[in-house]
Amino acid sequence: MKSQDQVLLSVRNLVKNFELRANSGLRKTKRIVQAVSDVSFDVHVGQTLGLVGESGSGKTTVGRSVLQLIQPTSGEVIFEGQDLTKMSFEQLREVRRQMQIVFQDPFASLDPKMTVGSSIAEPLVVQGVQGNHHDKVAELLDLVGLASDHAKRFPHEFSGGQRQRVGIARALALDPKLIVLDEPVSALDVSIQAGVVNLFSDLQKRLGMSYIFIAHDLSVVRHIADQVAVMYLGKIVEIGDKDAVYRRPSHPYTKALLSAVPLPDPKVERSRSRIMLEGDVPSPVNPPTGCRFRTRCWKATDLCAAEEPQLEIRSSGQQSACHHPE
Amino acid sequence: MSESVLQIRDLRVTFNTQLGELRAVRGVDVDVAPGEILGVVGESGSGKSVSFLAAMGLLPKSATISGSVKLDGVELIGASRKAVRSVRGKSLAMVFQDPLSALNPVHRVGDQIVEMIQSHQDMNTHDAEKKAVELLEIVGIPQPDERARQYPHEFSGGMRQRVVIAMAIANNPKVLIADEPTTALDVTVQAQILEVIQRIQQTFGTAVVLITHDLGVIARVADSVNVMYAGRNVESGSVQSIFDHPSHPYTRGLLSSLPHEGIERLQPIAGFPPNMLAPPPGCGFAPRCQLAIEACSAELPSLVPFGDLLSSCIRADDLRSGIRS
Repeated sequence: MKSQDQVLLSVRNLVKNFELRANSGLRKTKRIVQAVSDVSFDVHVGQTLGLVGESGSGKTTVGRSVLQLIQPTSGEVIFEGQDLTKMSFEQLREVRRQMQIVFQDPFASLDPKMTVGSSIAEPLVVQGVQGNHHDKVAELLDLVGLASDHAKRFPHEFSGGQRQRVGIARALALDPKLIVLDEPVSALDVSIQAGVVNLFSDLQKRLGMSYIFIAHDLSVVRHIADQVAVMYLGKIVEIGDKDAVYRRPSHPYTKALLSAVPLPDPKVERSRSRIMLEGDVPSPVNPPTGCRFRTRCWKATDLCAAEEPQLEIRSSGQQSACHHPE
Repeated sequence: MSESVLQIRDLRVTFNTQLGELRAVRGVDVDVAPGEILGVVGESGSGKSVSFLAAMGLLPKSATISGSVKLDGVELIGASRKAVRSVRGKSLAMVFQDPLSALNPVHRVGDQIVEMIQSHQDMNTHDAEKKAVELLEIVGIPQPDERARQYPHEFSGGMRQRVVIAMAIANNPKVLIADEPTTALDVTVQAQILEVIQRIQQTFGTAVVLITHDLGVIARVADSVNVMYAGRNVESGSVQSIFDHPSHPYTRGLLSSLPHEGIERLQPIAGFPPNMLAPPPGCGFAPRCQLAIEACSAELPSLVPFGDLLSSCIRADDLRSGIRS
């Protein structure tokens, strides 16, 4: 078996509910938002799963639940055969070395009062790693395309793209097997973004870790991912190999999403037909019955309201949850 | 070509900061033809927003502005506050990125549109209220009657942006400046808002200046394009010519840094944008440019005709022969 076919992480039936407390008059009401609802997927060794969807789709909550940064309501997160949801705090601490995260905002994720070098070394200190941290930091800076003397500087001396590289160096410090990248290039200008995306590819080739790449930019995900999961209102509506999902989308939402992305080519933009979805994403407090996309879907029938579609394998190889797939 | 409805000449904006003079806009010319959509593209700090905030008279007092901004031949720079106020919101209107901060949270959206109408037109409240509902319908808000009586927090992000657009077009502006109007929105909602803007341009002949960092948005809706870098226009032309044969290394770099199907490796532009407290001498892009020669840093290059577009690159010829070879 090739190493790339090995599963590193299996998420099964993940659910995350958030409670909303609101005071309405004299009565306290409790409402529940199901941010993630019965989500399952696998991440393979050395591969990238792209997680796409609009705001409120639950993609960030999935990323954080995987790392146990937030506690899932139910479901399993199996990392190298062990279910993280059943682990004690001490056991988790050990596993967390293998799993890291890079956040969207390179300005908020670094302590302005710490040198970049100490920020990068912090995970080593926290995990009690012995040895010369100074050399390790220099090695990590080199790995992300920064100079070793950058270690002495403070975050404000760096541009957005450089700060994101610092964040990546910190995530790499403990040689993780999995990195969750949560909108890691959204805050960067396109000319800078390209360099950071290349860095992710290079690091994966060199070090062999897996990524969960969370983004709303479908073009970037298409470039970097091996598999793609499309989320809508807390559910995965389509999941499969990148080429299948992008070339032959099966779920109407995937189709609409892809057709809404503006492409940098006036001829293509002005000649292609576009599916214009009506309205906005409904509130996750009170999602539609049956298929959650049906209120905006041009194919919706009575069946879609009555019965929730399950993920089923389609002819191009991907799975989609739709009663009327393409 | 018909006369420009909005004409900007040699616009310069300098901010006096604690760290020194920040030269945000360094001599920009803009021509907006009646009824066209002009896309203004550039990265953060390129001066694209500041240029048009200056044109609207919306910059703080710490900004020093010089040059000329003419709307239908009437000069706005140096005009009295009263004169500028009579134009702003009437013939020249603006839509911003964040619709929530553009709306007053404690007033019904209908009333806010009425206020907008009555501050520029002599119209009784009953008629203005009717007009407000019509405007909400034009921008595609369902049940505009009921929605006019609601408050901004009752609207979603996309619907709020529609309300803001309704306010902006309330007085039939000649030019609508839209500053990153879809950046905060999801892609399916972005598509709806772009369609609303196009519909307004087609129905009312409103000229639109669309400021964005997204070349895909430009490709979808713009007729002509200005590419800005380091406070200057570096390239200008029709949307087709800019995408077909970009004639400035920055535009080319921007286009090739985007991911597209079948490409193995992205091509970033090396380096990062200059510090505008101390912009480089000569061409602002020279420090990041692979084609840069000594002459590029000698003096600030201006836009000159090059084939069917305008480029400020003194090596545009070499760049284009490079494309061909």
